[in-house]
Amino acid sequence: MSIKGKAYLAGIYEHPTRHAPDKSTSQLHAEVAKGALEDAGLSKADIDGYFCAGDAPGGVMAMVDYLGLKVRHFDSTDTGGCSYLVHLGHAAEAIAAGKCSIALITLAGKPRTGAMPPRATGAEVDFEAAYGATTHNVYGMCAMRHMHEFGTTSEQLAWIKVAASHHAQYNPHAMLKEVVTVEDVLNSPMISDPLHRMDCCVVTDGGGALIVTTEAIAKSLKKPLVRMIGHGEALKGPRGGKDLNLTYSAGVWSGPRAFEEAGVTPKDIKYASIYDSFTITVLMQLEDLGFCKKGEGGKFVADGNLISGVGKLPFNTDGGGLCSNHPVNRGGMTKIIEAVRQLRGEAHPKVQVPNCDLAVAHGTGGLLGVRHAASTCILERV
Amino acid sequence: MDNPVKYPTPQGNPETKHFWDQAVEGKLLIKRCTACGEAHYFPRAICPFCFSDKTVWEESSGEGEIYTFSLMRKSATGPYAIGYVTLKEGPSLLTNFVDCDQTKLKIGQKVKVVFKTTDGPPLPFFTPV
Ligand SMILES: [Zn+2]
Repeated sequence: MSIKGKAYLAGIYEHPTRHAPDKSTSQLHAEVAKGALEDAGLSKADIDGYFCAGDAPGGVMAMVDYLGLKVRHFDSTDTGGCSYLVHLGHAAEAIAAGKCSIALITLAGKPRTGAMPPRATGAEVDFEAAYGATTHNVYGMCAMRHMHEFGTTSEQLAWIKVAASHHAQYNPHAMLKEVVTVEDVLNSPMISDPLHRMDCCVVTDGGGALIVTTEAIAKSLKKPLVRMIGHGEALKGPRGGKDLNLTYSAGVWSGPRAFEEAGVTPKDIKYASIYDSFTITVLMQLEDLGFCKKGEGGKFVADGNLISGVGKLPFNTDGGGLCSNHPVNRGGMTKIIEAVRQLRGEAHPKVQVPNCDLAVAHGTGGLLGVRHAASTCILERV
Repeated sequence: MDNPVKYPTPQGNPETKHFWDQAVEGKLLIKRCTACGEAHYFPRAICPFCFSDKTVWEESSGEGEIYTFSLMRKSATGPYAIGYVTLKEGPSLLTNFVDCDQTKLKIGQKVKVVFKTTDGPPLPFFTPV
C-alpha cells in the first residue's frame, strides 16, 4: 500500500508571533490549531486524529484534553525538528488506512522567552554528555569534515544565508528582514568553527499547525488542492563508531524512499523547503536528496542558485529558519507550510514560483553530527 | 594541566561498570565481538553489528587521529573543542581535545587519550601527540 495521493493538506497556519512572553505554550498550540482549522474551513469537532511531538506540554494525553479533542488516532513520535514531517507522513498513512479522516498536527513553544528543557538522552549519556555537544558545534563538525573532503568553502555556505535573506525581505513576519551579502556572513562572529553567526538560524517563539484529510473532504473545501504523493523517513547515528561519516545524513535514505513513492525525481521539483538549522544543513540535504552529487553542494548553492526568480532551485521562500522563523528550535513545520503556500500560489508575489505544481519539504531532526532523523515529503498541486 | 571545567560524573550501569572500573586504572576499553570480529564504542553487551552476545572487553591503545572537530568559541566554561577521534582499533568516538592550543587542531592529527577527573570515575579526553 502507498500513501500516494491519499492525503490532502487542507489547512495550514503559521503563528505570526516571533516572541510570545505573554502566552503559554499550550495556548500557542491551541492558537495554531484554531488557525489551521479556519484556513481549512473546518471545526474542532471534525478532528479525529492528532499528532504532536516533544514540544507539546504533557504530550498527547495532556494536549488532547487541553484542546478538547476527541480522536480515534494519535501519534507523538519525536524526532526533533523533523517531527512534523514525520507526522505528516504518518497522518497520510493513517488516512490511507482509514484510521482517521481529519488529522491535526501542532507545534508551538517559546525558546526565545525561556530556556528549553534538556534534550532526552539514551545509553550514550555517560560516554558523550561531558563533551558539550550543542547544535552549533555538532553541525560545525559536519561542516568541517565536508570542507576537508570536498573543498566546500565558507563563501559557498554563505550563499545559502544570502538566498534566505533575499526571500525574507518580503515576509512581514520575518525576524530578520535585511538582505545580507556573502561578506556580511563571513564577517559575522565565528560561533563554532567553521560556522559564523549568520550560518545559524534564528531562535523564535511561535508555532504552526496542519490539517491533513481525505480526498473527498478536501474536495468539499474551498482551498486549492495540495496532496502528499511520497514520504520517506530514516535515522542515522554513529552506530558503534564503525565507518563514521559525517558528510551525509539520513536524508540519503528518506529522500529516495519519498521520490520513489511519488514517482518523480529531484529534477521535477519546482520548489524546495529544506530545513535550514544551519547553512551546512541545507547544503548536505540538497546533496543527500539528489539535487546535486555528494560533494558538489557548494557549487550548487553558490551565485544565488537558491533565490526565487534567479536560480534553478528556489528554496525557503518565506526566509526559512535562517531569517524568518524557527519556532521551538524545530524547523519542520514551517517547511511544510511554505511548500503548501507555494503549491496553492499563496506565497508572496515576489517569491512565488510560477506554476508551482510539485514541491519537496524535507528536514532533519536531532543532532546531525551525532544522532538524527530525516523526513522527506513530496507534495503536489492537483 | 589544571582543568577549570567540572565534568559530569558518569553514572555507570551493570552493562558499563567494567569500563569505568578500568578508566580508574587509566585504561580506555572498547568492546569487540568475537562472532563478527568488529570493535565498537561505546560498549554494549550485544554487538550492534551482528547482534551476537559474544562481546569481550579489549584495551585500546588510546591512540588515534582526529576525524573532525569544531571549536566552540564561547560557553559558560570558556571555549572548548569537540570532535571525533578514530581509534587505531577502528571505532570512532566523540570527545573533546584538551591540554593544547585548540586553534591549531587539524583533521588527521595524531592524538592520544588523557583522563580527566570527575566526582566519580575519570572521563577519557584526547590531546595531540
Ligand atoms: Zn558482531
